Amino acid sequence: MKVIVPVKRVIDANIKVRVRMDGSGVELNNVKMSMNPFCEIAVEESIRFKEAGKADEIIVVAAGPQQSQETLRNGLAMGADRGILIQTDIDLEPLAIAKLLTAVVEREQPGIVLMGKQAVDNDNNQTGQMLSAMLNWSLGTFVSKIEIEDDSFNVVREVDGGLETVRLSRPSVITVDLRLNEPRYASLPNIMKARRKEIEVLTPDDLGIDVTPRVTVLEVTEPPARNAGVRVQSAEELIDKLKNEAKVL
Amino acid sequence: MSVLVLIEHDNTEVKASTLNTVTAATQLGSDVHGLVVGNDCANVASAAAKISGISKILSVDSSEYKYGLVENVAPVVKDIASGYSHVLAPASTFGKNLLPRVAAMLDVQQVSDIIEIVSEDTFIRPIYAGNALARVRSTDSVKLITVRTTTFDAAIEDSGSSAPVEELSAMGDEQLSSFVKHDLTRSERPELTTANIVISGGRGMQSGENFIMLERIADKLGAAVGASRAAVDAGYVPNDYQVGQTGKVVAPDLYLAVGISGAIQHLAGMKDSKVIVAINKDEEAPIFQVADIGWVADLFTAIPELESALD
Repeated sequence: MKVIVPVKRVIDANIKVRVRMDGSGVELNNVKMSMNPFCEIAVEESIRFKEAGKADEIIVVAAGPQQSQETLRNGLAMGADRGILIQTDIDLEPLAIAKLLTAVVEREQPGIVLMGKQAVDNDNNQTGQMLSAMLNWSLGTFVSKIEIEDDSFNVVREVDGGLETVRLSRPSVITVDLRLNEPRYASLPNIMKARRKEIEVLTPDDLGIDVTPRVTVLEVTEPPARNAGVRVQSAEELIDKLKNEAKVL
Repeated sequence: MSVLVLIEHDNTEVKASTLNTVTAATQLGSDVHGLVVGNDCANVASAAAKISGISKILSVDSSEYKYGLVENVAPVVKDIASGYSHVLAPASTFGKNLLPRVAAMLDVQQVSDIIEIVSEDTFIRPIYAGNALARVRSTDSVKLITVRTTTFDAAIEDSGSSAPVEELSAMGDEQLSSFVKHDLTRSERPELTTANIVISGGRGMQSGENFIMLERIADKLGAAVGASRAAVDAGYVPNDYQVGQTGKVVAPDLYLAVGISGAIQHLAGMKDSKVIVAINKDEEAPIFQVADIGWVADLFTAIPELESALD
């Protein structure tokens, strides 16, 4: 089975973003960029499939600026076999990314697309669901466990009330949640080896996809700040403040 | 303009998230319809028809919709969506799972997790775990939107009158997926996302058994119990307890964070709470920077002290 894993380059999840003074967005210059943490989990799972003899090729796919090659190299260093970059400087929306991925899937014919449930930059949580619709494939979102059967995947989904298990006919789009696995670190030899792995570079035009945004970002602002309040020393003092000052008890 | 709200339910009752979504819908148009897709769900349709602000309920009742499988439900929504200016769903796992699949079928760029409606095409939504707010304008002719339920009041559940219910025909089973089982967390306590008081534990709780201490406080206060990602990852509590960027977003009157350091991702899920209390033995913990009331103390002495002081 061939596996496609889309990966996104985002501001590192441990960094607190700064909003640009002119309201045009968040500051991306001189900020540490990393692979979206959910994408890392998807890459890890694909490698575990391969190690278990369930997958024979892993292709990582990124859509974005030229620097997204670094993100692909990360995936290759973790253990993916080759990469595809769909290069563009346009700020891509989930709908456009799903269209680009559809074109790649139609060309590569994988048995599964494994991807993060959301990217921690725009927090949209859409691309996998959209891709599944465009391909008319089964969809498993927020997945914390995957079992591979002959013609299906049994997946456990993290839903609001607890867990839900569904059987997905193959091929499928599966979006992964935090507890699916703990991603490995790439070893130095594997980082070196990844440098020689192939990355194919395409453009949206090569794939015949219009990626013009549909949603315009008018302004990005800082949310109202919360400030540190008072300190208490005892339970009585805490309860007194909650009852008589905050009036929430 | 008419607005369609996707009613979240379990074939028995309407979920509370629907009520907040209806309020958002009424800010967009006066003609708000609700869509119920399910099986043996007549009770849901008649309950939804009573929600204040709803002028009509569309109901599709058939066995292929029993478990809300997205591959079967999405075509139903897609089929009727083009008759509306907006289609809204709560930004719960129900709405997040379903609406983007519909959006792609309609070639629409969905707007996720809105916290404010500026005008019929302009919305505010948090990005980067709520560390920035984006004001965005949608150019699509039908706007598909998920709504952050904590930022819209709940519509009145029983308005005293009942909107008409129209039955639509089912569209069949796509045969792409099937339901296997549910492992739902049973709790007598209020639901996390709608509770007035939430008490959450983090890594500092050290074990699942120790959460009993928080449950005792929760029962005294009528509170829900939540957790940080660290506590869920460690297996102390089930996944549906998680509060944060990728878990549940809560905004209760009172949020008690116990043994939680306050990572950006956790703050994203609770910083709109009215009053935040942090109990942590590390006085440098980032949670204290957002807490209205901080108590630097070992939770294993503080929580029992709090429990007896509440008696």
